[in-house]
Amino acid sequence: MAAETRRKTPEEYLRECQAEEAAATSKGHLKIFLGYASGVGKSFRMLDEARRRRERGEDVVVGAMQPHVPADVEPLVRKLEVIPLKAGNAIDVEALICRRPLVCIIDGLAYDNPPGLRNATRWQDVKDILEAGINVIASINVQYVAELRERVEAITEKRVSETVPLSFIQSADEIEIVDASPPKAPMERPTERMQEHAERLSKLRELALVVTADIVDYQLNDYLERHGIKQRFGASERILVCITPRANLREMLEFGQIIAQKFHGELVVAYVKQGGLSPEDQSALEARLAIANAAGVHVEILEGNDPAEALLEFARLRGVTQLFVGHSQRTALARLKGSPLDKLIWEGHGIDVCVFPQ
Amino acid sequence: MTGHRRGQLKVFMGYAAGVGKTYKMLEEAQDLKASGVDIVIGYFEPHGRQETIAKTVGLEIVPRRKIQYRDSLFEEMDTDAILARRPKIAVVDEFPHTNVPGCERGKRWEDVEVLLAAGIDVLTTMNIQHLESLNDQVWQISGVRVRETVPDWVVEQAKEVVMVDLTPGALLNRLQRGVVYERAKAERALQNFFREQTLVALRELALRQAAHEVEHRMPEEQRSSVPKPRKHHRILVLVSADPKTAMVIRRAKRVSDFLGAECFAVTVQSNGDLSGLASADREAVERHLNFARNLHIETRILEGDDIASTLVDFGRRNQITQIFLTRPRRKAWPLAFSSDPVQKIIDFAKDMLVVIVSDREPAKR
Repeated sequence: MAAETRRKTPEEYLRECQAEEAAATSKGHLKIFLGYASGVGKSFRMLDEARRRRERGEDVVVGAMQPHVPADVEPLVRKLEVIPLKAGNAIDVEALICRRPLVCIIDGLAYDNPPGLRNATRWQDVKDILEAGINVIASINVQYVAELRERVEAITEKRVSETVPLSFIQSADEIEIVDASPPKAPMERPTERMQEHAERLSKLRELALVVTADIVDYQLNDYLERHGIKQRFGASERILVCITPRANLREMLEFGQIIAQKFHGELVVAYVKQGGLSPEDQSALEARLAIANAAGVHVEILEGNDPAEALLEFARLRGVTQLFVGHSQRTALARLKGSPLDKLIWEGHGIDVCVFPQ
Repeated sequence: MTGHRRGQLKVFMGYAAGVGKTYKMLEEAQDLKASGVDIVIGYFEPHGRQETIAKTVGLEIVPRRKIQYRDSLFEEMDTDAILARRPKIAVVDEFPHTNVPGCERGKRWEDVEVLLAAGIDVLTTMNIQHLESLNDQVWQISGVRVRETVPDWVVEQAKEVVMVDLTPGALLNRLQRGVVYERAKAERALQNFFREQTLVALRELALRQAAHEVEHRMPEEQRSSVPKPRKHHRILVLVSADPKTAMVIRRAKRVSDFLGAECFAVTVQSNGDLSGLASADREAVERHLNFARNLHIETRILEGDDIASTLVDFGRRNQITQIFLTRPRRKAWPLAFSSDPVQKIIDFAKDMLVVIVSDREPAKR
């Protein structure tokens, strides 16, 4: 077997993984446990990992705990060295860097520091600790992701003041979701307030799962790009709506939004620039672009001599799984050479073609 | 049996062996036992994992039954013994498992159905790749055609679905330390499901499915759909002998489940039954219709000489909004002149959305 086609042995595979990891280890490794509410067991999962690492001989210290340590977490913390917080709940960054453990546990990333410290927020402190080459295992609730603030506030009807930017969470080397059924209502017949509380928790839970999926998707694409892998996996539904002069765009957009939302996927809109449009088609096209604009969707403008080919190329690049197109107006005679639809159907591997009435 | 309560199902969902589903389930079982609930282990697969085995200590285990098949003795869950024991909750590992021939039921999930029907709650574990409607996507991602599948409706009726997560890095680490499988099996595993990008993609699939499961369990008016679907969707699948029909049925069912739509599968035959077909084709069509029924899709054989017009007429009479079709086989001539009804259906069904489902194939390695 030729060397380049030979499958790697597990050892080679792992050695490669380790080499890759080692290359990135001048900076500390960040692992984040993401939860959707307090009480789902983030602290436990994190401290349990700390215990296992400690048992394997790693030097683990606790840099920050929540003010109230749950009963099942308490014994785990007691076995670890704790670097006390400074006044105002701030991490003692200097003490941690001076102590230089292999791993530092930070329970709760979303805290603002009191004025006068080196950083305004705790996540910036964590960045410094990572820069110093210390690995960090941290936890956060989905409520405190800055970019989700509006959605979270709409769900909880409470103001969120301390947040962490999504980019910092995405920069984590590993992110793990701590999922659990919502804490059970203690009574057989729950009151209306408890019902509302349960619904809120469900929405936060859904949000946490989707955010994690999006981060995983982001990291997957990053991995594929770094390794020059062209394959797309279709793990996330991506809908591409194609604007043409006669397309029933309103319906396509509306349905696209529903599908994207139901599948927790993404909607992309594009049109292929074409020369030689009749004045009627040109103004029809402009009207449709205006509809897309009004709906607040971004329209990708594609170019290419072969519209079907341009669409497919873009669709493959973006990992599209469903292509929304309008019904072709061509007569049977014009289809003699095969229509663009033929091409989309035959060459769009892994892409469903959805033909809309117009 | 009036006033009889059906048992509740809780599924611990993961994306690969070794992420800790069984461990998590047993942890919960221990908590329940500690709070005084009558809970037993109905089936547990140790896989030689020490930390997991330790979690069974103190839990009552209903002995497995032994079944002779050919020259070997197999062990399966003893459903009758669990029924006789009547615990409040039974812990049943590996939901998608296929029973050895000679058992009353072919699948473990069917045994679980029996327990639930008898009013026993069940905690169980499964991986995302065993969900029927994701079979083609899993094939695309991993190159593995999973044979042991669980119909979506079985999981849908679960009271709760919880995602058990672990990062692929940590999982590969476990595999390396021999925690998940013994050496030889670990090496095999690293070449298919356990390639890093495969794990990442399966994990993403599992997370999105888990999000769907959460949304699905919310009251209708609480679901975060903007805009609200204005029309009620009804989906129609054309069944033929084409082997790709199974894929289209899965896809249509998945879309209809996510949209809360109804789904029908029909085949068009000139004499209104399958007698006019050659035996291989008849078997294939029958198999596809059965497959649809097993997924809880209503099926019908329509009488008509012209597939396209018969299908679209039926669609119009039944307020169908979407028609799902297999991709026609590639020919030298354009679709418009192909004997395949796709182009004709698109032309006739001007008031419906026509979906041509594409193949989902794994990348060449």
